[in-house]
Amino acid sequence: MQNTNVAYDSKVEGEIIVTQADAVINWIRKHSVWPMPMGLACCAIELMAAGASRFDISRFGMEVMRFSPRQADCMIVSGTVTYKMAEVIRRIYEQMAEPKWVVAMGACASTGGMYRSYATLQGVDRIIPVDVYVSGCPPRPEALLDAMIKLQDKIGRERSVKNLTARNAKPAKADNLALAGAGKES
Amino acid sequence: MAESEFAQLKERFDYLSERQSADHLAVNCPANKLVEFCGALRDDLGYDLLVDVTAVDWDAQSPRFTGIYHLLSTTKHEYLRIAADCADDINPSLPSLCEVFAAANWHERETYDLMGIHYDGHPDLRRILMWDEYPYHPLRKDFPLAGIEVPLPADDVAEATGATVLPAPMMGGPFVSSADGPMSQTEPSARDESWTEQKEKPTD
Amino acid sequence: MATTTKEISIGDLGARSSEHETELQGETMALNVGPSHPTTHGVLRLKMELDGDVVKSCDPVLGYLHRGDEKIAENMTYNQFVPYTDRLDYLAPLANNVAYAMAVEKLANLEVPERCEAIRVLCCELARVSSHLLGVGVYGMDAGAWTVFMYTFTEREKLYTLFEELTGARFTTSYTRIGGVARDIPEGWLGRVLEFCKGVLPVLDQVDKLLTRNRIFMDRTVGIGAISKEDAIAYGLTGPNLRACGIDLDLRKDKPYLGYEKFDFEVPVGTTGDCYDRYLMRAEEIRQSVSIIRQCIDQFPEGSYYAEDAKKIFAPQKAKVLTSMEELIQNFMIVTEGPQIPAGEVYFEAENPKGALGFFIVSKGGGVPYRLKIRGPSFCNLSILDKLIPGHYLTDITVILGSLDFVMGECDR
Repeated sequence: MQNTNVAYDSKVEGEIIVTQADAVINWIRKHSVWPMPMGLACCAIELMAAGASRFDISRFGMEVMRFSPRQADCMIVSGTVTYKMAEVIRRIYEQMAEPKWVVAMGACASTGGMYRSYATLQGVDRIIPVDVYVSGCPPRPEALLDAMIKLQDKIGRERSVKNLTARNAKPAKADNLALAGAGKES
Repeated sequence: MAESEFAQLKERFDYLSERQSADHLAVNCPANKLVEFCGALRDDLGYDLLVDVTAVDWDAQSPRFTGIYHLLSTTKHEYLRIAADCADDINPSLPSLCEVFAAANWHERETYDLMGIHYDGHPDLRRILMWDEYPYHPLRKDFPLAGIEVPLPADDVAEATGATVLPAPMMGGPFVSSADGPMSQTEPSARDESWTEQKEKPTD
Repeated sequence: MATTTKEISIGDLGARSSEHETELQGETMALNVGPSHPTTHGVLRLKMELDGDVVKSCDPVLGYLHRGDEKIAENMTYNQFVPYTDRLDYLAPLANNVAYAMAVEKLANLEVPERCEAIRVLCCELARVSSHLLGVGVYGMDAGAWTVFMYTFTEREKLYTLFEELTGARFTTSYTRIGGVARDIPEGWLGRVLEFCKGVLPVLDQVDKLLTRNRIFMDRTVGIGAISKEDAIAYGLTGPNLRACGIDLDLRKDKPYLGYEKFDFEVPVGTTGDCYDRYLMRAEEIRQSVSIIRQCIDQFPEGSYYAEDAKKIFAPQKAKVLTSMEELIQNFMIVTEGPQIPAGEVYFEAENPKGALGFFIVSKGGGVPYRLKIRGPSFCNLSILDKLIPGHYLTDITVILGSLDFVMGECDR
């Protein structure tokens, strides 16, 4: 939690901390992001290396790599997305429950990478909205961890209470997407 | 040496002719004798492992497509390349080797998918690398590297996102110079298409 | 209160489905082990029909990682294509680099000096150790043994440090060039490789203790996914998968390249061709590779790391390029037009960790290939799946796929 959200004097409040609901909700969400590794190609190996003992993604609370989209928060698209695979990724993205975020890991997921050919989707942001792009081919695990930290910062800035209480809270849809690089607009 | 091996093969199979090769023995075989030749190679001469099945598109030449097979003998440790020209340039076809080598199944499906060569007698000839409804054969020389616009294979995703299979933006690359011609024209330039998302492909 | 005892027979608990002949009750269930699944080691899709727990038919669907490498190759110079070869078998990129460079050099009829060959041997064998460590680690993880994954990944990280020192990248190294390698080995690198070798063998012993005689692991793998010799050859299997079936075919011994005939190593050959054998193959191959690495370092030759007489193929040294006219022109021609490779056709296979990786190159002269076909070992290894899986239980699929150790990068290209 950021210091500006907390005003705490133990002599006055005792064992109660008063803060904003947003701060608490975002704090909880960002420190236990459960990634869904959409491991497609070489970047998946660096993702596994980030999860292994040297770079240890579990320091950030993210070691629970759920392969089921229903149980995951953040889809890390790691590897080249082909047109054949595109429908699978979109369907899996739609099955994830809100709130959800997407990290496009690597050059191929961000923009198609060095595969400018007939079969490669030139960036996964053509079909799903992406929150953080990581460059590299493949990005080092440290770069991925940096991206996850940036994602945590982004989560920290969300207006969670507003989203939670909105009557018609809708997931990101086609009208929110611009062709090149859409971010979540909540 | 390769010459004597070829001579031995030629003695037995007189329809073969020798093919230029940088390394192993390579022979040309007419398409209608292919199954018989490969069967004999496998049973009598010990070439039991089908390593690779592929094809080359010679573009402006006729015959346009040549099927290439590589066999390996696990006992003699020798490779053999067999080239079989397809008779028809528009709808090329070759006999399938699935009866002789089980490995041919997937390799022929791939060659059909990418080159469009139809294998007669194949039990299940459908696309393997591209999706089933893809209308083109990508590895042919007249197909551009960037691809041609087709609808996405899944309708619901196409509707939800508005995405289609777009040609990849070549942006002026890949920068490769052509093999021959005057120096000024062999300067690296986009060999393929140079449109981008800002500068659209001119419709012709 | 009186108790009654009733004897019931529960049949033969250990019998596998192929020994049961049970009537199909109801309908078969269509199950899709989708492209996004932890079991499938990448994007492989299995469309299956199940009768209860038993698989009746299996149709693998590939192509989810088909990126158009072969078409791209027709538009790239030979050196520009090296990074694409990295991403074929992305668990052992150095081995792919070497195989590709050797195929093109064969077409150009180019011999590289001994030091270059020794460097390439080290690259191949270190890549083999890296790939098999992952193969064994992930296989253990699939069968439920998470610790093995952690141990082997730690060793792989040490390898990554070595690769990074040598080539600049942890993996996806793009280290070879046509006619040599990109740069010479750094100071003290060989010593660090030897240290790594010393460290990996005890870890392998630990993994051995954890898995090889482990009751659960053996129950899950012995007798499962057995491939007969005839099937293995008919379906074009190569590499450890073929050798596990009892066929002694290793291209390093049978068609030696890079001077492998100088080294004294054994090729493990299995007996039954089941999943357990395939695991044992890989574990033993790591030991043999370590032995080859040690021998290679012992006999490491001096000399040049590239073919110095390959004027139109290997770019000259930068110091000369910036000062001398001839080298400047040469550099320009090689970088823009590509290494000038004569016309012809060549097919070269190297013994990669996954099997035999082959490159069929048709050249019409010039710096760009006319046709480049990549024979991916995983493509051929997977073709046996629709014969192998039916008859097994659903839970055996994880183990079978893990034991085949395939990579979709080189399967789909």
